[in-house]
Amino acid sequence: MSVIAFAKNWNGKFKNSSFELVSYTKALANQLNTNMVVLSIGEVAEEELKLLGNYGADKVLTVSDPQLNTLTSRAYADIVAKAAESVGAEVIVLSDNNSGKAIAPRVSVKLKAGLVAAVQELPVSFEPFVVKKRVFSGKAFGHVQIKSDKKVLTIAKNCFGLLEASCVVAIEEFAVDIDTSLFKVKIVEEEEQKDKVILSDADVVVSAGRGMRSPENWAPVEELAEVLGAATACSRPVSDEGWRGHEEHVGQTGKVIAPNLYIAAGISGAIQHVAGISRSKCIVAINTDPEAPIFGVADYGIVGDVMDVLPRLTEAFRNSKS
Amino acid sequence: MKILVCISNVPDTTTKVKFKEGDSLFDDSGVQWIINPWDELALTRAMELKEDAGNSVNEICVIHVGGASADATLRKALAIGADKAVRIDACPADAYHVAGQIAEYLKENPFEIIFSGIESSDYNGSSVGAMIAEFMDYPGISSVTSVNLDDDDIQVNRAIPGGKQVLKTETPFVAVVQKGIAMEPRIPSMRGIMMARKKPLEVKPAAELEVLTESIKFELPQEKGACKMIDSESAEQLVDLLKNEAKVL
Repeated sequence: MSVIAFAKNWNGKFKNSSFELVSYTKALANQLNTNMVVLSIGEVAEEELKLLGNYGADKVLTVSDPQLNTLTSRAYADIVAKAAESVGAEVIVLSDNNSGKAIAPRVSVKLKAGLVAAVQELPVSFEPFVVKKRVFSGKAFGHVQIKSDKKVLTIAKNCFGLLEASCVVAIEEFAVDIDTSLFKVKIVEEEEQKDKVILSDADVVVSAGRGMRSPENWAPVEELAEVLGAATACSRPVSDEGWRGHEEHVGQTGKVIAPNLYIAAGISGAIQHVAGISRSKCIVAINTDPEAPIFGVADYGIVGDVMDVLPRLTEAFRNSKS
Repeated sequence: MKILVCISNVPDTTTKVKFKEGDSLFDDSGVQWIINPWDELALTRAMELKEDAGNSVNEICVIHVGGASADATLRKALAIGADKAVRIDACPADAYHVAGQIAEYLKENPFEIIFSGIESSDYNGSSVGAMIAEFMDYPGISSVTSVNLDDDDIQVNRAIPGGKQVLKTETPFVAVVQKGIAMEPRIPSMRGIMMARKKPLEVKPAAELEVLTESIKFELPQEKGACKMIDSESAEQLVDLLKNEAKVL
């Protein structure tokens, strides 16, 4: 018996979410009194793989075939399932991100292993195996029992944090036949914004709503985000109006995020918006209406016009840095 | 070309969630049921593809796994414009069970394109679409923000962190769609509502399938403490609190 974590890389680099995944899986392995294996797919330099040891990994399986440098969910799921079987893994853990959402369900079907997505913490109990997850888009939590022998979990971002360790990593190439007939989806074009902080990864998010009054008024939002090294986001009406792109919409039907700090400027705080941000560690709200529901979920609030308050905040953050 | 749109029947997004029977069951009293928002956008996009004379989409079918209480939601999908609805008469136990039921239907009734919403807004399993693809051994594309057809040439956009990819795929395939797939969900017209009454809503018996997971208990999030109000002139005070009290900077 063992547990296995699939640590996804992005262009050969791991992110904090990969390290959080390894930290979580290590803690899970300790509770189950077993060992952990980390699986990496695609080309990743040895020094990068060794970084996983800082979070408790002592054995890393790698499939360093360049054909696998971009995500192909079928081929990835095939490898994850084969690696899980070869190490006799009872629990398979992935991150709840785009790739985890694409791979975990396939692994679940392949291994007939019950899947619970976006798990919030270590299992509530092991006999029976029960985990806690977000349901109703964050309006509640559910306790879900996995009845099958093998289990697949994806863990929600920022649910566990990092546990530092200093393990020496043994790296082993996992020999597996890559079934090229699984590469049916071809990438013809790719666009990536290299200069912007990615919303789903961001520790700090500056978000704005209809209170900005017009799409021309976004400069104070972007300036504050720049000073904080934050990603920008928006409420649903703003993206529906086309003031900002859909990729910025946070809320029940947009992105669900969990940054350390979420600043909501001119956002009233409809129940659907709150569903997307309720797991933020700290929420700051700025609104002209002292009765706005956003103050009911915020930790800190300022009643005032965003066009006055945001530049003052930007100035204060800038001064505090220098 | 035929498109299948998977439909989840979920509480309206403004619902205040409560539970009953010792917090073991969702309390659906007084709840307004709707088409899962992403499924509704997927259906809208399917309609747009059918209406575009340039391509060969000739049938849109919606499918749901659940009891008769979902029929009103399926009629709404027919009123929006689906040609046909299928309900697999099973209590939807978990994503594996739901995807397995839909896969059983697909084995007998093939479709070229299968749309599934990225998650359902009730249990947030976010797995049914990719599971269908695996059960059927089809290619699947996740995080889909647009699907375009040019004859039988299929172009799909997928959101990636901080960007997008343009992909080509063969059929059949599963598209797991998210926001952006259609601009706004379509509202049924009076004529659509009238016509929906005459459209077929087939009820199929459930296949025998294992259930791998079970929800046993629910809890509501802890109430947040009071919001600390700061004077709009005192930006420095907020910076200080975020640094030294909340410790998030």
